Amino acid sequence: MRYLPNSPAERAAMLEATGHQAIEELFAQIPEELRLRGRLNLPGPLSEPEILAFFRQAASESSREYVSLLGAGAYAHYRPVSIDALLSRGEFFTAYTPYQAEIAQGTLQAMFEFQTLMTQLTGQEVANASLYDGSTAATEAVLMALRITRRERVVVARTLHPEYREVLRTYVRHQGVEVKEIGYAASGRVNLDQLQAALERETAAVVIQSPNFFGTLEDAAPIAEIAHRSNSLLIVAITEPLSLGIVRPPAEADIVCGEAQSFGVPVAFGGPYLGFLATREKFLRQMPGRLVGQTRDSKGRRGFVLTLATREQHIRREKATSNICTNQSLCALAATIYLSLLGKRGLKALAEHNLAKAHYAAQQLCTVPGMATPFGAPYFNEFVVQVPAEGEELLAALRAEKVIGGLNLRKFYPELANHLLVCVTETVSKAAIDRTAEVCRRYYSGGLPFPACRG
Amino acid sequence: MDDRRRHSALPGEPGQAPSVAKDMENRIRQARPHVTRNEDLIFEVSSPGKSGVELPPLDVPTVCAEELLGKGLHRADVEGFPEVSELEVIRHFTRLSTWNYGVDTGLYPLGSCTMKYNPRINEVVASLEGLATDHPYTPESLTQGCLRILHEAARCLAEITGMDAVSLQPAAGAQGELTGILLIRACLADRGNPRKHILVPDSAHGTNPASATISGYEVRNIKSNARGCVDLAELDRALTEDVAGLMLTNPNTLGIFETQIREISSLVHARGGLVYMDGANMNALVGVARPADFGVDVLHLNLHKTFSTPHGGGGPGSGPVAVKRGLEPYLPVPTIEQSTDGSYRLDYDRPKSIGRVRAFYGNFGVVVRALAYILANGPEGLRQTTEDAVLNANYVMSRLQDVYELPYDQACMHECVFSDRRQAARGVRTMDIAKRLIDYGFHPYTTAFPLIVSGALMIEPTESASQAELDNFIEAMRSIAAEIEEDPPFVLKAPHTTRISRLDEATAARKPLLRWKPE
Ligand SMILES: Cc1ncc(COP(=O)(O)O)c(C=O)c1O
Repeated sequence: MRYLPNSPAERAAMLEATGHQAIEELFAQIPEELRLRGRLNLPGPLSEPEILAFFRQAASESSREYVSLLGAGAYAHYRPVSIDALLSRGEFFTAYTPYQAEIAQGTLQAMFEFQTLMTQLTGQEVANASLYDGSTAATEAVLMALRITRRERVVVARTLHPEYREVLRTYVRHQGVEVKEIGYAASGRVNLDQLQAALERETAAVVIQSPNFFGTLEDAAPIAEIAHRSNSLLIVAITEPLSLGIVRPPAEADIVCGEAQSFGVPVAFGGPYLGFLATREKFLRQMPGRLVGQTRDSKGRRGFVLTLATREQHIRREKATSNICTNQSLCALAATIYLSLLGKRGLKALAEHNLAKAHYAAQQLCTVPGMATPFGAPYFNEFVVQVPAEGEELLAALRAEKVIGGLNLRKFYPELANHLLVCVTETVSKAAIDRTAEVCRRYYSGGLPFPACRG
Repeated sequence: MDDRRRHSALPGEPGQAPSVAKDMENRIRQARPHVTRNEDLIFEVSSPGKSGVELPPLDVPTVCAEELLGKGLHRADVEGFPEVSELEVIRHFTRLSTWNYGVDTGLYPLGSCTMKYNPRINEVVASLEGLATDHPYTPESLTQGCLRILHEAARCLAEITGMDAVSLQPAAGAQGELTGILLIRACLADRGNPRKHILVPDSAHGTNPASATISGYEVRNIKSNARGCVDLAELDRALTEDVAGLMLTNPNTLGIFETQIREISSLVHARGGLVYMDGANMNALVGVARPADFGVDVLHLNLHKTFSTPHGGGGPGSGPVAVKRGLEPYLPVPTIEQSTDGSYRLDYDRPKSIGRVRAFYGNFGVVVRALAYILANGPEGLRQTTEDAVLNANYVMSRLQDVYELPYDQACMHECVFSDRRQAARGVRTMDIAKRLIDYGFHPYTTAFPLIVSGALMIEPTESASQAELDNFIEAMRSIAAEIEEDPPFVLKAPHTTRISRLDEATAARKPLLRWKPE
């Protein structure tokens, strides 16, 4: 086997040094009747070209020839080639958690930079070194709020990613926590009356998303005010953090968390992604996940270490702030490289391109009789389109033209059966947008007049 | 300590007063990260007006962001954000990388973490267009390749563990634990009573009790016996009718196989509980024994350990759970199923499911890599790998046990655990030995656990260590033991050859400085 460095002679010499005659003896502690007789029913061994052929075949059975207008928590952005060039350095990707700081300064300094970038983007004071993904980051934020407030109820906007809400329920189900959901207003934003009504003295936190699942940007200020009136925390989840290049961060929030896959991490069929969590300094000791801190060595030189580990499972065990151990470090490194490449100007320009593309697309789609954008509030690169009939048929027609025309919202919102969630990033060309609108027009041609386009 | 002596572990430098230890140092071939480079924070190398990317021209009409978003929502720019050219980014991160030590650099015997070789082909196939680019909500008919990979990987893992069904959703080992305990809970609740406690041996990894707590259980620790294994009498006493199950690591964190695992499982089952196995140590078992035969009801695997996916400086990982038939109805949604026409689909219609533990379908890109590893090895390669991993650990153990104390003196599986008791008598602890090992060009072993060994040195060479490299490591460990006899303060100040010396962790925690701020 090509990965194994020892020759048969070396194996024999080593075995002899252990005082054993046969390799079987080393497994003597496994009772005879528990040992596998015979061989595993697995494919292989395969040579490198055979492995390549297998995965190339799988890769060909994909949507790679399609224009995709899918977003909904996973965003296709161009990844500069420098990212993979740097990630593929073995010193980065074959290292583990930087327990031994003296030979892990590369990872540690990069994580410190990542933490800094996330605080700058979110307007918060501290950020951790990553969590699994946006769904678990939102969940960890809620668990954190429960600890901080010592309360047991949370109010969650239905415009928080539906799968994030599912994960939250899985985690809190057995902790006696009550989750109340509130709806959206005609603008696509959180329904403030419902929020007001749902809040109780026992509410630990209000969880919203912005841009929300419909792509609509929330105004965090009034929501924070309502939440803070009952001494509840405001948690803002963000699944498209590129928006922060031109959208004011929710500075009123107590915890800002979410998914940073947009920052240089491939869409890759849902993972691995990059959960993040940022908050105020006063909540530091209730934060989940790893933190890198700056300090000095014995000669006074600057260096970085994992710090505040007394929150974590390896020290606190059942009393830890989270069970997370392995996190998403390499994805955080990808984001650090990506954001460094873009920089202040690039981030802003790219966000503006996304804004322009999405608004152009919305405009074009709205020229199709019967199609409209029902929500009036501002959006970034994703929006909801109302279509004349159930969306699935249109999506099939678009597929026939090699376009994945967005997400049918019926999947998560039965009341929005004739609505599609459409995302347009910088990777979608004007030609593709025009073609999409054209297919829609052809599909619906001869339709009746429908409500005019708003927003 | 004079200066030359401090640097005596650098190759080719003449040392002071010749000693056995110093001769050793010079003989032992070394691998060490770059010590001379300087590199400021990216924010400090930044200067206004630069960027490392240029966007293609915008092909749609430009918009006025401030107008579209409104004054209240619009942001002018991100204060403090770096401004650097592409070359500066490349240099910055390349230099940072040279301060790191990875498996590619040299031996990384970090116990319990299985720091094996991460084959390059895994990276290549995971980045293929189609696999790296398909969106998780792509219609099933257009993403059959991704679904097939998930299905095939799950089938392989079921075969390797002998279990009946696998969920690939958990993002890492700890989330696999949480998932597994939630499955136990759902099953017991279905039987009428979810019960209150989970038993965890005192040798367990910290994630075990932490995960059980999130699942709504109270953790009861149980003491290990003189062999470092579960004490049946103690287990018998602890197994009240409030106990939902036992979380057992096998081989355990001492690298010892729980010989009585069948009796343990039977006892737990007889009392109405279920058995969870922490499969972090599967590298000792693949192709040799299958957890299904142990009486285990559910276990997690760490693809980033046993199945060669890179640790990435702390992740991403992947922690699939494998279950027996009885727990299958409770698996997270969706599962990946094959239809009668041979096509693959996501099944959400699972009324007894515990729900989701993360968005989408798990760390797909990690699963791709693990499948590539399984295919590369085939059944014989996997078995040979296990044999080599166990042989390597036993080789290290047999050649170090005269200088380091072996608290549980018996053949080990994939790792061996020493205690620093002899060295502690000279005032040198496991972490000090670990730091000195860095000077010899090795990544240290694990120092933080198992907690039942005072001052543990947990060494897992994996199958990726050659005899030559292990001989170097063994000599280094022996040399350090000699140094401790001769000159303990020298070891206490190690490492002497790294870019920075020991860091002030106390101040870091007392006055946390967690982000860069402009002067
Ligand atoms: C024995 C054991 N169990 C569980 C875990 C947790 O796995 P992960 O870090 O993937 O969450 C570890 C990891 O380090 C471990 O060594």
